[in-house]
Amino acid sequence: MAEKTNPQEGTPSKNPARRWHDDPARRWHDNPARRWHDMGGDDAGPVPTDQHDFSLWEKRVDALMIIGSAKGYFTVDGLRRVLEDMGEDAFETMTYYERWIASVNQNLIEGGAYTTAELAAKMDDVARRGLTYGDAAGAP
Amino acid sequence: MPHDHHDSLSPSGHPYRADDDTPLSYWQTMEIAVRELLVEKGITSPEEIASQINTMDARSPANGAQVVARAWTDPDFHAALMQDASAATRDMGFDIGPLKLIAVENTAHEHNIIVCTLCSCYPRNLLGLPPDWYKSRAYRSRTVRDPRGVLAEFGVTLPDTTRVRVHDSTADMRYIVIPARPSGTDGMSVDELAKLVTRDSMIGTGVARQP
Repeated sequence: MAEKTNPQEGTPSKNPARRWHDDPARRWHDNPARRWHDMGGDDAGPVPTDQHDFSLWEKRVDALMIIGSAKGYFTVDGLRRVLEDMGEDAFETMTYYERWIASVNQNLIEGGAYTTAELAAKMDDVARRGLTYGDAAGAP
Repeated sequence: MPHDHHDSLSPSGHPYRADDDTPLSYWQTMEIAVRELLVEKGITSPEEIASQINTMDARSPANGAQVVARAWTDPDFHAALMQDASAATRDMGFDIGPLKLIAVENTAHEHNIIVCTLCSCYPRNLLGLPPDWYKSRAYRSRTVRDPRGVLAEFGVTLPDTTRVRVHDSTADMRYIVIPARPSGTDGMSVDELAKLVTRDSMIGTGVARQP
């Protein structure tokens, strides 16, 4: 087994070629630390031309993101951390604003706006109101 | 039939998100719960949320088009815009917020295109929310490696002699492309010129319309 060094200590490896950042021909694209969201340069198909109009619930998520941020409960970096930590599966299976409400919620809980128990009770209450968004969201 | 084909399109001709036609989803439930908790805690109010939605809805590429048309016709503004686009657009009355906005200008020799490879950063305070394709894997992945291929998909084919510059946006730094002024527009008013400025021309995936 190759000897490993802690990269933060900056100790030269005995086998520099094994380490990405010691390779003179290195490209960021091949950095093993590159995460899924850092997709610039990846291969991909044609740019999709589909476009949808934002639903009311999506606009509300956007507004909650702006308001929660403006009131100091989180920063854009906090939002991005949760989004990036969700991983690639979430990117493929959840819509954009589904990911955003998950991140806004996580950040609001961490910011002390409410507790997970309060969220669970409220979601349970909301889910009992009806079968559609309109029923559950109540009066506009 | 509950809906015919026509009813499945919005007034602007786009399909509604499928979520509108399906039972209440887990994430919609979370949105309602989060919103109501924030109101109950006194952190926000229904009025504030509605106001924020109206503010965002009011932002559109028409705002950016006013900026571009003025830059085409007002040399002092053009200089100020290229120097500090946040300050110059704020001075026009646009609510740019804390964004650092950078204007990049297309010329006969250079074409600029913007992307956010990491997520969806976009000059949203000026142009409104980004189009869906801007957030897609394909656009985010390929624009930095094959910008000419991406441009061709948008119908923009540039001569080999035109340099293409790709600008990768971040959460703190957003770009707007100032498209080249079309020929044959001498003497047109700012409002007439603004009608030639498309959303895509300010992203760099298009060019300004010919009059």
